[in-house]
Amino acid sequence: MGKKILLKHDHVSGIQGYEVYRKMGGYTSVERALKNMTPNEVTEEVKKSGLRGRGGAGFPTGLKWSFMAKPKGVKRYLVCNADESEPGTFKDRYLMSRIPHLLIEGMIASSYALGANTAYIYIRGEFFYIARILENAINEAYANGWLGKNILDSNYSLDLFVHTGAGAYICGEETALLESLEGKRGNPRIKPPFPAVKGAWDCPTVVNNVETIAAVVPIINDGGEAYSKVGIGKSTGTKLISASGHINKPGVYEIEMGITVEDFIYSDEYCGGILNGKKLKAVVAGGSSVPILPADLILKTANGKPRLMSYESLADGGFTTGTMLGSGGFIVMDETTSIVKNLWNFTRFYHHESCGQCSPCREGTAWMEKVLHKILDGQGSLTDIDLLWEIQRKIEGNTICPLGEAAAWPVASAIRHFKSEFEEYVKNPSSINDVKHYFEVNKLEMA
Amino acid sequence: MTETKEIKFNEETLELVQRIIKRYPEGKQKSALLPLLHLAQAEFDGWLSAPTMDYVASLLNILPIEVYEVASFYSMYNLKPVGKCVIEVCRTSSCWLMGAEDIIKYLENKLSIKAGETTEDGMFSIKTVECLGSCGTAPMMMCGSQFHEKLSFEKVDNILDKLKSDDKRKTYFDAVVVEDY
Ligand SMILES: Cc1cc2nc3c(=O)[nH]c(=O)nc-3n(C[C@H](O)[C@H](O)[C@H](O)COP(=O)(O)O)c2cc1C
Ligand code: SF4
Ligand code: FES
Repeated sequence: MGKKILLKHDHVSGIQGYEVYRKMGGYTSVERALKNMTPNEVTEEVKKSGLRGRGGAGFPTGLKWSFMAKPKGVKRYLVCNADESEPGTFKDRYLMSRIPHLLIEGMIASSYALGANTAYIYIRGEFFYIARILENAINEAYANGWLGKNILDSNYSLDLFVHTGAGAYICGEETALLESLEGKRGNPRIKPPFPAVKGAWDCPTVVNNVETIAAVVPIINDGGEAYSKVGIGKSTGTKLISASGHINKPGVYEIEMGITVEDFIYSDEYCGGILNGKKLKAVVAGGSSVPILPADLILKTANGKPRLMSYESLADGGFTTGTMLGSGGFIVMDETTSIVKNLWNFTRFYHHESCGQCSPCREGTAWMEKVLHKILDGQGSLTDIDLLWEIQRKIEGNTICPLGEAAAWPVASAIRHFKSEFEEYVKNPSSINDVKHYFEVNKLEMA
Repeated sequence: MTETKEIKFNEETLELVQRIIKRYPEGKQKSALLPLLHLAQAEFDGWLSAPTMDYVASLLNILPIEVYEVASFYSMYNLKPVGKCVIEVCRTSSCWLMGAEDIIKYLENKLSIKAGETTEDGMFSIKTVECLGSCGTAPMMMCGSQFHEKLSFEKVDNILDKLKSDDKRKTYFDAVVVEDY
């Protein structure tokens, strides 16, 4: 069995409720922090742990916290990003529905470190039932003195609220999330200023992913150094991986960073191999936005080393032969999968979810979707493949928020690694089996 | 359908509205807009008509246009009438890999409507949506706040039968927590 830190107790019966959670050692991190540590000491432990943001970008959490501006008399906020809408990602949902108090506990300890007296959990609207679970847990925490005024007689007070979104992928981007929290359209803001200086209602704000905040609990309990010893190199600790697609055992797995990708895909402890005994074709390792890799490159790096589940190893080779850990949304495709059709699905998604503020993203995603549609409709030419390449290049780096890149990278990597498949569709349209059926279902979006 | 009903929350809901507004800093009551629109949609026939949106604007003391622009941005808000059961089917990556398009097609045939439409009896609407964070149990769909996962045609049949036998409108608030892992 691999090492479990966050999901140590996920199968204990009754762990959703306060009593059992507390009996299993819950809320000790809050006791420790509020009674024995200054806010700065908590931040220092998080720095020592090497914890990196689990929402996708992997930015060091302690460092992010230390950027929080502290002008006198101005309120500060912690906002938990529970938007979880990156296709292929469902780990936060699992964590929140199974062990809601772990997130609440992490929110209290983290808010204390940041000097926030009000905190929010921004949860995607479709997770309404989880919002209910969280609200129940919050009520239990209030009733037992972990939230509210003067917690544990420490003079520290905290109010915690759940805020429901309403269906928009872009609201996972932290500045769009803040706009949405303020009751507006989810249009990302131009940075700088960063949220740590000017965030929610213009006050200094830290936005962290659910898993990041949950990891603060064991870091305070066992010390940052103990946490940093788990994992490999700069990928410390464990990571929740959402595994889906053509595998025998889809689900959420907590892995110690540094296990091999091969082990993750084929061992019975994790994905249990490819569905129906088929062969592996490709993997999108970190949610739909990261570059897709063909089987040989996901299992081994370009220089023949086994590929590991870690920030560094997955990124080995840059975008030419590598990818990213991202959100840990691990989507597996077997040998029957059409990469071009899959790419069309992704591109359609980004076109649909673009907020429309910047022309390269708004127009580029629409254009890429059209070109892919044309190819899949049997009307493509070889120049269309070059056109796709050009469009994605013009999006990258030219937009307000990273959704532009998120839309560009899947296109770039699919062409880079599977160009022959595009060419085959262009030269021999009858090879696009089932394609009619596919478009009948999806045509509505094009109209 | 809606014309006869006065657009006004009952006392209990109005109290809830005040509690929601208090979650945000003073003077920032607009922040309560998304939660309030959810309440309004659930209360007033499952969609947001112009009068409904105007009513929400008046509750928050903001301009109607501020409500319209938000309501039209988010996919969970319906801007035209919908059936009592809005079936939201995920069509994104993992669900698609596991057969979402067959599920959508099956639903369309069975209900004799296309995605985006409502059955004549006003019972069902089909809506295609993007990844709902349920990719490990694909293909999936949602109705009200209930996730239906690992779908097969038989499972869809059973779900539709069950939905039909209960005449109540399904809203995001009627959460029945069943975890299927
Ligand atoms: C288009 C887009 C969507 C995003 N979606 C999410 C999301 O669903 N959940 C999340 O935690 N972070 C998401 N992020 C990343 C956030 O902007 C932000 O980096 C993150 O919440 C920071 O938390 P962390 O440092 O704990 O990872 C998204 C970013 C972009 C550009
Ligand atoms: S890159 Fe796309 S999603 Fe991001 S701000 Fe620009 S238009 Fe909006
Ligand atoms: S792809 Fe359908 S729930 Fe994620």
